[in-house]
Amino acid sequence: MKFKLFKKKSTPQYRRYTRSKVGNVIYFSILFLAGAFTVLPLVYCIVTSFKPLDELLIFPPQFFVKRPTMSNYLALPSLLSKIQVPISRYFFNSIFVAVAGTLLHIIAASLAAFTFSKSKVKGRKALFWIVQIMLLYNSITLAVPRYYIYTKLHLIDTYWVYILPAIPSATGCFLMKQYMDASVPDALMEAARIDGAGVIKMYVSVIMPILKPAWMTMLLLSFQEMWTIIPQGTIFSEQLKTLPQVMSSISAGGIARSGSAMAVTVLLMIPPILVFLISQSNVMETMSTSGIKE
Amino acid sequence: MSSKTNLKKRRRTTSEDISFYIITIPFMLFFFLFNILPVLASMTLSFFDYDMVSNPIFIGLENYSRMFTGDNVFMKVLGNTLRFSIIAGPISFLLSFMLAWMINEFPKTIRVILTFIFYAPALVGNAYFIWQVFFSGDSYGYLNNLLISFGFITEPINWFQNTQYNMTIIIIVQLWMSMGVSFLANIAGLQNVSAELYEAAAIDGVRTRWHELWYVTLPSMKSILLFSSVMQIQSVFSVSAVIVTLAGYPSVNNSVDTIVSYISDVGTARYEMGYASALSIFLFFMVLAFRFGIGALLNLVGKSDN
Repeated sequence: MKFKLFKKKSTPQYRRYTRSKVGNVIYFSILFLAGAFTVLPLVYCIVTSFKPLDELLIFPPQFFVKRPTMSNYLALPSLLSKIQVPISRYFFNSIFVAVAGTLLHIIAASLAAFTFSKSKVKGRKALFWIVQIMLLYNSITLAVPRYYIYTKLHLIDTYWVYILPAIPSATGCFLMKQYMDASVPDALMEAARIDGAGVIKMYVSVIMPILKPAWMTMLLLSFQEMWTIIPQGTIFSEQLKTLPQVMSSISAGGIARSGSAMAVTVLLMIPPILVFLISQSNVMETMSTSGIKE
Repeated sequence: MSSKTNLKKRRRTTSEDISFYIITIPFMLFFFLFNILPVLASMTLSFFDYDMVSNPIFIGLENYSRMFTGDNVFMKVLGNTLRFSIIAGPISFLLSFMLAWMINEFPKTIRVILTFIFYAPALVGNAYFIWQVFFSGDSYGYLNNLLISFGFITEPINWFQNTQYNMTIIIIVQLWMSMGVSFLANIAGLQNVSAELYEAAAIDGVRTRWHELWYVTLPSMKSILLFSSVMQIQSVFSVSAVIVTLAGYPSVNNSVDTIVSYISDVGTARYEMGYASALSIFLFFMVLAFRFGIGALLNLVGKSDN
């Protein structure tokens, strides 16, 4: 059984009476300028990662590469070998932390969202209101009081300091609850109840199949955040560090290292972009229900 | 109909309710530990003098009075944060809506490509250090090089150390990476405004796209706009890493340091946990005030003034 909940508007079937020629010209110019401003730094980053050393040092600086080379990428393992930890370890840490944090967040947050959206238990509205307030704060704003709590719980310098704080991210829970409100009909819940299904059964057989778009959205947002996280004073051991931390130590190496810094940045871009491409149509469907009603 | 008759009676806790409580525990446990407890802990610690080594000493409101009477750096970073947020916040909010609105009418494939382009800086996260190359302080910097070759300046400008320019540059970089969740939400929301509404408005005499935007599009987007403004408030008030990377900490005369950078300096470098907590609580309530102020403002959207 498949629910068609959102009208897919592919091409407007109505003639729009509100479009003027002058307006269109302004429209496209703004869009073009904004697009160039957004994309050029990233293009520059990719182009520079293929520049040989003499082109990196050339004066005046050039935007484009004349003789592209892979040397910046090939130099990465030897650049990092000065630190005793092999690059594969950083890579493993990044992947492990991002995947574990994302999975635990998705499971915990969607179960909580199920309660907020479909149960009638006492206190659910108050709790959800608090979750909504916490949308205003991200981990950086709360870093110092959290640091105090990490110390008390002896989480400093362990994997847990990356993973555990990712579980209660308010954004994921909020989006999930809004999506369930809009797309899981109460009649469906009632039917499952009559069949004698318990909460877990309802969640697995009724809710989960409908929630695919919301899952994908949480996957994108959570993965992206976990992938780029740079801990502030909570990780000291070299063997627990992730790729973004390594990147900042390479880019601190000055202009001769800038090629390799760009190469690491390009490599770091790939996983979030892949996740976005896989999830984008589902993300759009979820986001259309994200409104806050007051 | 069963829910109507139940309304009169007081609901009794059923076994289903207990299951619901149980499945909420994992999320709420960590939510309490890492979101609510930090706020409660800072509230308590903000009344103490505490360096994480010796015992905390109760000092009442001294930490709060110190902020406004005895701490010039705080007044400076508060000013910076407000200046930064009041400029970058509304611009990024409007921009995320305007761009979403502009790409909304393209066919699906082009729309997805444009969405990807504008979302890319936020998506890849840590790429903001690229701007260091563009605004580099020596003549290798692209902007300096350009300005020198056109004869506007003779000596390279040290952009991030120059208090005249550094705030503007930081704002530009923030805008560059601000097309995040709120931008996606706006695109999705616009896709869901029904085509019939536009048709009806055209029949009622709406003739320009600006009128259409104000009377049709914006009112049906109100709740999405509130969500997207919440996400933009969150991002402007927590900016710290971008500024520390580009301008360093402390920046020249503290000219671009924000409250968040200052709090982490006081807390994790100087270990003045009591004072850092008081600063966090101040920030907490300031952000909350902005959130509800904007909620009230958004209620005015789509109201006719004639």
